[in-house]
Amino acid sequence: MSSSSPPPAGTASAAISASEKVDGFTRKSVRKAQRQKRSQGSSQFRSQSSQPELHPLPQLKDATSNEQQELFCQKLQQCCILFDFMDSVSDLKSKEIKRATLNELVEYVSTNRGVIVESAYSDIVKMISANIFRTLPPSDNPDFDPEEDEPTLEASWPHIQLVYEFFLRFLESPDFQPSIAKRYIDQKFVQQLLELFDSEDPRERDFLKTVLHRIYGKFLGLRAFIRKQINNIFLRFIYETEHFNGVAELLEILGSIINGFALPLKAEHKQFLMKVLIPMHTAKGLALFHAQLAYCVVQFLEKDTTLTEPVIRGLLKFWPKTCSQKEVMFLGEIEEILDVIEPTQFKKIEEPLFKQISKCVSSSHFQVAERALYFWNNEYILSLIEENIDKILPIMFGSLYKISKEHWNPTIVALVYNVLKTLMEMNGKLFDDLTSSYKAERQREKKKELEREELWKKLEELKLKKALEKQNSAYNMHSILSNTTDE
Amino acid sequence: MAGVAGPGTGQGAAGGDGDDSLYPIAVLIDELRNEDVQLRLNSIKKLSTIALALGVERTRTELLPFLTDTIYDEDEVLLALAEQLGNFTGLVGGPDFAHCLLPPLESLATVEETVVRDKAVESLRQISQEHTPVALEAHFVPLVKRLASGDWFTSRTSACGLFSVCYPRASHAVKAEIRQHFRSLCSDDTPMVRRAAASKLGEFAKVLELDSVKSEIVPLFTNLASDEQDSVRLLAVEACVSIAQLLSEDDLEALVMPTLRQAAEDKSWRVRYMVADKFSELQKAVGPKITLNDLIPAFQNLLKDCEAEVRAAAAHKVKELCENLPMEGRETIIMNQILPYIKELVSDTNQHVKSALASVIMGLSTILGKGNTIEHLLPLFLAQLKDECPEVRLNIISNLDCVNEVIGIRQLSQSLLPAIVELAEDAKWRVRLAIIEYMPLLAGQLGVEFFDEKLNSLCMAWLVDHVHAIREAATHNLMKLVQKFGKEWAQNTIVPKVLVMANDPNYLHRMTTLFCINALSEACGQEITTKQMLPVVLKMARDQVANVRFNVAKSLQKIGPILDTDALQEEVKPVLQKLGQDEDVDVKYFAQEAISVLALA
Repeated sequence: MSSSSPPPAGTASAAISASEKVDGFTRKSVRKAQRQKRSQGSSQFRSQSSQPELHPLPQLKDATSNEQQELFCQKLQQCCILFDFMDSVSDLKSKEIKRATLNELVEYVSTNRGVIVESAYSDIVKMISANIFRTLPPSDNPDFDPEEDEPTLEASWPHIQLVYEFFLRFLESPDFQPSIAKRYIDQKFVQQLLELFDSEDPRERDFLKTVLHRIYGKFLGLRAFIRKQINNIFLRFIYETEHFNGVAELLEILGSIINGFALPLKAEHKQFLMKVLIPMHTAKGLALFHAQLAYCVVQFLEKDTTLTEPVIRGLLKFWPKTCSQKEVMFLGEIEEILDVIEPTQFKKIEEPLFKQISKCVSSSHFQVAERALYFWNNEYILSLIEENIDKILPIMFGSLYKISKEHWNPTIVALVYNVLKTLMEMNGKLFDDLTSSYKAERQREKKKELEREELWKKLEELKLKKALEKQNSAYNMHSILSNTTDE
Repeated sequence: MAGVAGPGTGQGAAGGDGDDSLYPIAVLIDELRNEDVQLRLNSIKKLSTIALALGVERTRTELLPFLTDTIYDEDEVLLALAEQLGNFTGLVGGPDFAHCLLPPLESLATVEETVVRDKAVESLRQISQEHTPVALEAHFVPLVKRLASGDWFTSRTSACGLFSVCYPRASHAVKAEIRQHFRSLCSDDTPMVRRAAASKLGEFAKVLELDSVKSEIVPLFTNLASDEQDSVRLLAVEACVSIAQLLSEDDLEALVMPTLRQAAEDKSWRVRYMVADKFSELQKAVGPKITLNDLIPAFQNLLKDCEAEVRAAAAHKVKELCENLPMEGRETIIMNQILPYIKELVSDTNQHVKSALASVIMGLSTILGKGNTIEHLLPLFLAQLKDECPEVRLNIISNLDCVNEVIGIRQLSQSLLPAIVELAEDAKWRVRLAIIEYMPLLAGQLGVEFFDEKLNSLCMAWLVDHVHAIREAATHNLMKLVQKFGKEWAQNTIVPKVLVMANDPNYLHRMTTLFCINALSEACGQEITTKQMLPVVLKMARDQVANVRFNVAKSLQKIGPILDTDALQEEVKPVLQKLGQDEDVDVKYFAQEAISVLALA
């Protein structure tokens, strides 16, 4: 699937060619210089034919109330005309007229009551659609690193910003009636709105977030659809493209949606947690949305504590193998979960969980080890450990003992001493037993290792023997056959 | 033959059952359950060994059920498992038992991770071929149906890849069912499934009866090509290639072309990109008549698309498009309908578009012939040789051979030289590296005189470049040149200059001398090597830098076989023996290695 999914924006031509890379790496300075103040147009100017020139209409406030409605619609229609902002010198006069008109429209719907009449909805939504719905252009930086690089900004922002502004005022107006609007703001509309979340421009995504949140709040009939589409976007992000700019914004909206879920949780919501949110932890760019993601996960657990076990097992399954930065994030999320865990749930996952923590504690990356050892500064976690010390101490002891002797980083060694001391105080007897059996334990492990090797060696021999047998029998058959044909 | 094979496999299996008491399944399963993922992974990768130890019977009755039950593991382990099972038919007792492998693979085909699922589908496709027609309908087809009506999208996605392998061998009634299932997946609620179906549409069309293609596949194609998601629409373009191959020209015109025309003008650049990217395949599939009427105008639009990505993809296809036009009238079409657009692209605002064009434009000269090339193409080549972007220039230079055949390179040499010199001194070493690689080719085309006069100094300058990769490539380049121009040329022009560097104050340059000698000695032959190179190498054995000394040892080992016995015994041996006593461990090591390889001990 991944090979046949849409070409990522840069496949046709890497924005930074191999020859521009130094020693295989793109020089930061080169990259920075390249994209200072970059902006891009929306991929909608197919034809180069010039736009009709706009002529200013009279001000709305100067019109009589009879004419106002008619004039309002005219202005909305006027604002449906789009201009090419990549060309900074064309249509200057018309662009200015449209900007002024949009400003006037924003002002008009937010300060006047009773202006959003039924007949205006169609023109309003048409104007919004004409301006914001567009195919997003290819990203001109295929290895765009949102943490490092400046995003490419939308060139037509001077107009689009005002359109979003207008859209929000419209949705938030006391006169706004969802029952009328739902004829125009339908599934197709929402679908297009969601696609825009991939915009590289953070200002646009911020507006979209508020807009979508309002729509979710006001249109009950669209809620399930919105959730399903977000679901699809996330699945595509995880399993197909690994690229979508608006993940953090969508998760933020979901955070408050989850907060409002009724109890008991529907199966659909649990499935979303386990099959979408948990696998999202595998994403390469987790750092960009981890805070929002962890918030969503914890929201779920606060709603329904029985989800704790599958969630923690899920996180353990996707535990990062090579990326220490992500490991630190996982540990942070585990601590957030442990902060709200119920003691009965804790018992269910303590064994696999502490096996992982024991590995983290002995990580040679000191930030990982340090983050894991900080668990012992958390009063609530400490109380859980104390309650279950008989289970946890044997799991943790080996790693802690070894690090106290071997870790390269003095801070970690000091922290480990403190942890060992705390654990010893919890159960001195067990601690002494483990200390005295430590060596024997290591030796037993070594012996087991040898046995394993032996087993595999025997299996390999057997395989060879069988292969040989087969060859021989095939050879025998062959010779029998050839003999018969010879005769 | 089947009768003969029977006893053979039976014997093997019996042998396995004989000593399997040594390996109780519990021990093996413990290995598959080991707490350490890496060990578990290792065990899974040797699953065939385990199966062999158990014998076919117990593999079927014990191992496979265990594997089916415990499919909740790290994706990496599952991937290995999915791969192993594809080759397991022999280990469960041959084709008659192939269906035993279906349950674990079915579970694997429903997991979340795409890589695992895809591998499971691949293995299932493989195994499907090993089923008898009866087993296929009894076991395989029901599996496909289950997957196709699964709750979660993953199983439906996997099902899409299995239709085409079971369809040809299914009975009439089952075929209808299979088609029905495929149809419903094409209009699935989840875009992921529609994408999977769209990506398999072409493959499925190929195994269908022509009537069904027309009555069922075409409507599906039309729907997918107007899907609300551009990621689905663009996959329909791919399917179009396969479908078009199956239909007659009239059917094509009526059933497919309206949709293809629409795709070429899709509002999403991704779809247009796909049309551009698949252009040659589409051209071949629809045939010459439709190409002239429809595809050429569409291609013109793609060449002046508003998105650079699309223009670049189209530019890449220019040569293939022209090549595949029918001979009759080809020249006129290119000159009137394609060339004007190409001229525009030469001065495109986007360097990737220009670069894509530069990588194929030279190929047009063979198609258009000498006169047209000189009159129309040459100005374009020359313009691109002066392009500000090094990649464009490089692409032109790397394709000089096409032009050489048609008009000879002399026409270009006046403009070529400044372009080469500039690239040779480019600040980016990768650009320099790229141009070095074309030197032997250029030298061959320009001739030894031109080379000595204009390019030789460049080649020598690269030897002292500050980037190792360039020095290395320069050394290699010299070898190629000597192979081309002969040893006499080497002796007069290259060797003296290389040997002078042995006295350079910079040890890196002194080492370059050694590397050059390693590369050149074979091409230069015994006489030059013994008389000119060897003395220099031996002298360098006294260098104060250890790296130079151990490279002397390595060089001696390399050129030793070219020297005669006298030189080896009297000159090389004492020096190596001395180096063998060096205070530096590396020098000692390489000296001793050379002594033993050259058998001088």
